[in-house]
This record gives sequence, structure tokens and C-alpha cells, in this order.
Amino acid sequence: MSEPVIRIVGLTRDYPMGGETVHALRGVDLEIQPNEYVAVMGPSGSGKSTLMNLIGCLDTPTAGQYWLAGTEVSRMSDDELARVRNRQIGFVFQTFNLLPRASALHNVELPLVYAGLPARERRQRAAQALASVGLGDRMEHRPAELSGGQRQRVAIARALVTEPSIILADEPTGNLDSTTSEEIMKIFEDLYRTRGQTIVMVTHEADIARHAARVVTLHDGMVSSDRLKAA
Amino acid sequence: MPIYEAITLALGTIRAQKLKSFFSLVGAFIGVMFLIAVVSIVKGMDKYVQEDFAAKIFGINTFTVTRRPGFQAGPVSESQRRAWRRRPQLYEDDFHAVRAALPPEFMVAIESDNQAEGVVGTKHSAYIQVSGVSEELFKIRDYRIAEGRLFTPQEISHSANVVVIGKDVADSFFTGLDPLGRSIRIAGFPYTVIGVIEKQGKVFGFSLDRFAIAPYTSEMKKIVNPHKVVDGIIVKSPTAAAMQDAMDRVEGVMRSRHHLRPEDEDDFHLDTQEDVLSFWAKISKVLYTALPMLVGISLLVGGIVLMNIMLMAVAERTREIGIRKSLGARRRDIMAQFLVEAATLSTTGAVLGIVAGLLLARLVQAVSPLPMGVSVPWLVVGVVLGVGVGIVSGVYPASRAARLDPVAALRFE
Repeated sequence: MSEPVIRIVGLTRDYPMGGETVHALRGVDLEIQPNEYVAVMGPSGSGKSTLMNLIGCLDTPTAGQYWLAGTEVSRMSDDELARVRNRQIGFVFQTFNLLPRASALHNVELPLVYAGLPARERRQRAAQALASVGLGDRMEHRPAELSGGQRQRVAIARALVTEPSIILADEPTGNLDSTTSEEIMKIFEDLYRTRGQTIVMVTHEADIARHAARVVTLHDGMVSSDRLKAA
Repeated sequence: MPIYEAITLALGTIRAQKLKSFFSLVGAFIGVMFLIAVVSIVKGMDKYVQEDFAAKIFGINTFTVTRRPGFQAGPVSESQRRAWRRRPQLYEDDFHAVRAALPPEFMVAIESDNQAEGVVGTKHSAYIQVSGVSEELFKIRDYRIAEGRLFTPQEISHSANVVVIGKDVADSFFTGLDPLGRSIRIAGFPYTVIGVIEKQGKVFGFSLDRFAIAPYTSEMKKIVNPHKVVDGIIVKSPTAAAMQDAMDRVEGVMRSRHHLRPEDEDDFHLDTQEDVLSFWAKISKVLYTALPMLVGISLLVGGIVLMNIMLMAVAERTREIGIRKSLGARRRDIMAQFLVEAATLSTTGAVLGIVAGLLLARLVQAVSPLPMGVSVPWLVVGVVLGVGVGIVSGVYPASRAARLDPVAALRFE
């Protein structure tokens, strides 16, 4: 078996809240191999957002260990985590999180700016990424001039442009109608099948989760089930 | 992120939020505008006082023996004034004594002034400066003849009623005519014009060409002073080095003529251009002391405004900061972004302030006799202040932005 992209051992995350402590994660173990398409499910409050933030290196665990592409990231500093997010992770958010004043092209370029790439190369790669999600003709449009589905495609292009180890999608269709949702899910499916992209998707919709090859369900901060879909 | 991209980003934000940007740069704008305007005017005055005013009014390496100081820095008490009035007059004989005490390479002249009306035919002039002088005055003042000639020692000893006039006087009385040989009445006496002096220009808006100069022995003596009394004895030293020694010698001559004992103070005054320059130095020192305070206050207020606007911007753009962090922006990237934005704002304000300050100085120059001078080092100071204010007031908001927790920032609505 090859080295896992994600290896999580005994991950816990506590939040202080008013004098009490909320145990959002209570020891999660999880391994995700390259070229896996994993849906993380669970009711609200189950800890899936916390897990998502930890996997995305936006947050650090209270205890436990996390290796991303063979490197332990659970004890890294803020700036080291920023570097990891930049190089290894592509985020796709429910609310798209595009910069409203920047063009689609510039939004996609942004991770490459922080990677320190020269402008020419950035532009080229951003244009390619946009073309790959079918937005080659919308590069100069601002988010407000695009439909919801198009915005999410810009966000996917932005996630892809750094060629990350994993794409982390957090309720990527939560703000979209069902037809558009299907379109977006198709893009993820293509990425998974044709590019072998590792995808971790957090969702509470079974409909969306069924696109994934593996479904991990959280309950009360722990993994309650982890099943592979029959191929 | 490379600096030029940060600046481009900052300019984009400034364009997107015009009104807010205006408020944030107005502090640096006003501060730098006043700095540059005042510096330009003071600088212009400086140059003017030194090169034009002192040199034209007093002359270089020149001192004047007078009864009382002609130019006094600061207020003068009434008792001081009375003491000056009690001083003895200066007489023609004092001139001869001073002349005799100094070697021939020193030039010595009498100059007595008054204001009088000139009349030619039916034309009356406004008051012009009329002087009774001795012949070396022209050399001391470096008055060059434009037309005609100066008066001769013979004309002085014969008390000839001849005048040498300034360009403005010639132009206003004898428009289109040759003034030489024509008659001009000054305070009732007719004088023959024998020469016109080259144009001298203006000092603080006052023409230096509105004068008529006659021999001190002519009828002019009656309108300027009592018999044998003179206003001043002007001495010009051939070199700056010889000047102090000449002043000491003249002081000695005057003290012995006035029978002063060693413990007595001088009852006359030696006026030099240094008096004017030191007076000006005092004024400009006050200006240069007050200026940093004024500029400092407006920059301080501007800096506080800018800091508040930047704090608002950080709060409003929390989500943007979260997005940038999720895409891999490090603390220093976010810090740099907001610092550059603040510095770009205040530097834009400073640059606009420089332009406005220069325009203001130009305006003052146009409507008043005050000239302006451009001081490049101060322009640089203006820009540096702009950058400085931006960085100083940007540090706190920028570090707050940089320290934002990405999870919380992304969740921010």
C-alpha cells in the first residue's frame, strides 16, 4: 500500500466556551489514500466542520497527530501551516469565498501569488485552470457577474491551480440548486476519475455523499462508520 | 507578495473606496501641504532677504553710521526711543572726519533721505524718495547710469541743483521723452535732470526706482535735514575682512568727536546688513520652530484618522483576510498588504499635499510680494513623512489583520 495522503491518529479538538469545554473531536483516527474520493458526513454538531478545519490546516488540534503527505503538520506554526495550505490543499467552500472586487482570473491566480510565482506563469496557469472548468470565456468577469454555479467553478479552478495533494470541499453545493449541484458534482467526479485527484468532501446531504467512493460518518466527535461504496 | 503588486492592490482598493480613501489621506495631505507651502515661502524669503533685500538696501560689506538703529528686531521700549531722540545729530563734519580716518580704498558717502513730491509741468508724482548724497554713494550702491551722467565733485562743491533720477521717475514724468536736461521740481525747487539710473527692481513689492538723488550741498539739504545735518554716513569696505577693523576705527572717531568717556555707551549706531539678516534669522527660526509642531499635529491627527479607517477596513475585510489566509497568505503577507495600503494612502496624500503646497506658495507669490523658493530636500521630507505616517498608523491595524484566526475570519459575515 502506498503512503496515505492523510493520516490522522487520535485527533482531538476542544474549544473553551464560557467556563466549559466543548469537545468537538474526541479522538478521530482516519487514513485517506491518494486518489480517494471521501465524503465526510454527520449531523450538525458532529464535528465535521472541526475535522475539515484541521484537515485543511486552518486550525491545530488539542491533541493527536496529523500527517499530510508524509509530513506531520499538527505541531506547525501559523506561517508553516500557511505554506502547507498554499502547496497541499485546495479549498472549495459552500459560500465560494471569492474576492468580490477581483476578476475570475485574478481570484484563481491568488494562491499562485502567495506561492511567489512570476506574473506570467501565474496568468497562464490560472487561465488553464479556468478553461478546465469550462470558464475560459469568463476570465475577466467579476464574481457578481457570474451565476452561482459559475462562481463555484471559479472556486474549483482556484483550488486546482496549485495542483494540491487534496481538494477539500465544504458543502460545495449547499448554496446551489439541484441542477447546478449536479454539474458541480460532475466536475468533482471528473477530477477524481481522470486526474486521480484526492477529494475530501464535507456534506450533510446523502444525495451528494453518494457521489463519493467512501463515506466517513462522524457522530459526537468520533467516527461512527467508514464504508467503501461497492464499485 | 512583491511590493509593486502590493501597491497595485492598494491602489485598486483606494479606487474602489474613494470617499473613505479621501478621508484617510486628508491628514497627510493637509500636513504636508502646509509644510511645503510654508517652507517654500520661508525659503523664498530667505533667499530674497539675503540676496536682494540686504544687498540692495544695505549693500555688501557696507555699514552706515546713524543716530539710531534703522532696523530693530523686536519691540522697542518708549524709554529707549526717548534715549535715541536725545542722541546728538550727525553732521557733515563727521563725514569728513570718517573719510579722513579711512584709507582711500574705502568708499565713504553721505546719504540723507526724505520723501517729497515731484512736479513736472502739471504732472505731480506720488511721494518719491529724495536724497542728498556725496559722489561716492553711486559706487557704494552700485548704481549704474543708464542715460546721461552722475554729478561731479565740482557740482557738489558748487551746490548745483542737479538730480539723477530712478527709472520709474523718468518713465512716469518723461514718457516718450528724453529726460536729460529737463527740469523737475522737488518740494518747490527746480532741478535739472542729468542722469537716469538703471532699473533696480523691487523688494517686497516696493519699487527701488522711485528716487531722485541730488548733491547733499544742493537745495535738497533743506528738505531733508537741518543745516549741516546728515542722516547717515555710509562706508563700504573693499573686503569683508577689512570691515570689522574699519567699523572699530569709525567707532573710535565718532566716540572722540562726541567726547565719550570709556564707560559711556555709543550715542550713535553702526548699521550693517547683519542687523537685517539677524532679524530675519530670528523670524525664520520662529517659523521653523512652529512649523514642525503645526505639521506634527496635523500628521498626528491624520495618522489617528488613518489608523481608525484601517481598523475599520480590517474589520470589514475580515472575510477577505480569511480567504487569503486559506489560500496560503502568511502573517507577513497580510501585514504587508495592509501596511502598504496605509502607506500608499498617506503617501498619495503627501504627494497631493506637495502639489497643493507648491500651488499655495505660488498663489501667495502671485497675490503678495512674498516670493517662493522650492526646496528639494523638503519635498523629500514631505514624501518620507507620508510614507512614515502610513507605516506608523498602519502597524497596529495590519498586525491585527495578520493575527486573525483563519477559521473565525472565514466564518465572518
